[in-house]
Amino acid sequence: MAKPKKLINDPDQIVEEVIDGMVYASDGRLVRVPESAAVMRSAMPDGKVALIIGGGSGHEPMYSAYVGEGFADASVCGNIFAAPSPDLILNATRAVHRGRGVLYVYGNYAGDNMNFDIAAEMAADEGIEVATVRVIDDVAAMPPSRMDERRGIGGAFFQVKVAGAACSEASTLAEATALVTSAQQNIRTLGVAMSPGTIPQTGSPTFVLGDDEIEIGLGVHGEAGVERGKMLPADQLVTAMAKRVLDDLPFRRGDRVALLLNSLGATTMMELMVANRCMRRLLDEAGVTVALTYSGPYFTCQEMAGFSLSLMRLDAVQERLLRRPGWSLGYRC
Amino acid sequence: MTQSLDGAAVAAMLRSAVEAVIANEPALTRADQATGDGDHGIGMARGGKAAVAALDKLGAAATPKSAFIAVGRAILAGTGGAAGAVFGTFFQATGNAIAADSVDRESLAFAFDAGAKAVMARGKAKPGDKTMLDALFPAIESLQQGDTADFAVLGQRAAAAAKQGAEATATMVATMGRAKMLGQRAIGHADPGALSVSFMFEGMANALAGPGR
Repeated sequence: MAKPKKLINDPDQIVEEVIDGMVYASDGRLVRVPESAAVMRSAMPDGKVALIIGGGSGHEPMYSAYVGEGFADASVCGNIFAAPSPDLILNATRAVHRGRGVLYVYGNYAGDNMNFDIAAEMAADEGIEVATVRVIDDVAAMPPSRMDERRGIGGAFFQVKVAGAACSEASTLAEATALVTSAQQNIRTLGVAMSPGTIPQTGSPTFVLGDDEIEIGLGVHGEAGVERGKMLPADQLVTAMAKRVLDDLPFRRGDRVALLLNSLGATTMMELMVANRCMRRLLDEAGVTVALTYSGPYFTCQEMAGFSLSLMRLDAVQERLLRRPGWSLGYRC
Repeated sequence: MTQSLDGAAVAAMLRSAVEAVIANEPALTRADQATGDGDHGIGMARGGKAAVAALDKLGAAATPKSAFIAVGRAILAGTGGAAGAVFGTFFQATGNAIAADSVDRESLAFAFDAGAKAVMARGKAKPGDKTMLDALFPAIESLQQGDTADFAVLGQRAAAAAKQGAEATATMVATMGRAKMLGQRAIGHADPGALSVSFMFEGMANALAGPGR
């Protein structure tokens, strides 16, 4: 595979330059956390339960483009595909804390868990109350009985959107955490990779696939998935994936859901719409009503080709939180 | 024969440990590309450079405790990823288990053991999970054998034990981190974190062998 042409300068400066670029793109709504690899809202309201998201960089718009009013208050940017260090997380925690505690929402990966946990302990030593909800939506990784070991992938968007709304409305950290945990239990995702992304610093692919092969259950960091097979027509692939997603919760006749078709980077809107057509027919047959549809690049892995299907089961409260108006660089509603 | 290490000797040993990791960045990158996402070498080298800077800053004021803690804090802040949390926790917790102005075989083995146990508590891994612990514990166990107190010998033994432990991870199935998603497919590849431990102990052994050895 030829080394891709990347619009970058010094590979070691990518994260810093992305943060500056995002701050400029926000037209005043975002600032950098002082001397830190993190972005935060420029106007952080007093008395608000604070929400911090974050993880390795290179997956934009996740996480940093989901900071703003009604979304997260800050996002901590690790290096490419690597969890942010506790120092960065603690700096952001201090910057957004307004006396009501801080909720951490991030994907369930060993590195993120350890670094955010260390930061939470350091914050507790300073008298800042921190709660944590991890994104655990990937149905490929582990059986439902081991859900807390699952990875966080495309459904992180639902988790972050609900968390942003919940932290805007809740008067206590406990109240916000309960709403976000409720969402966590109702989100399911399955992804498929068709060709790998590359590590921007080195240009090397994160894995190798045969010309006619796909990999189901890929991780967004480009780590290998769980099952390889031959490339299939869209409807066959979507049907196979949808069954696994629907059966996992399980989603039942009469359920109302939000649907997210997420491009991993190179998969086009054209392809997502072909997939969406099949997905909607399958959901109709299953008696599942789609209240909200999201499609596009929400959680990417460079130029990886592939996509993920996410469903979130809605109740009245969760649907209202998902629909709650907000602004971020990555999504506004 | 060196039976006791003062602050300066510990600082020199740790400097040599992280410099060995920095020097082996390409090998660590290759290892991580086989089982992870290929950024282990980059991160470890970045944290290692931060550790060297922290030791420079500490200078002649280094005690065994402060040298380990400075290295741990620098790695924790400078590395990122799982590696930063694991190696940062290890060096910090090792430093926290040292009280005296010098360490001998027994007190260093005790402190390393405390460091390794802190890593287990943080990351929930245990020996046999194909992690850095599988190189670390053999090295610590070699230090726990009381038949010599000579750090030149102990260093070589610990490095050999760590190397053997790291190589043995190639036969293991990962249950932690991203490599666990590979399951059986990770067999045949050594764990990058375990290789880092091996390089660190090799670096420490070189420093303990003393100039001209």
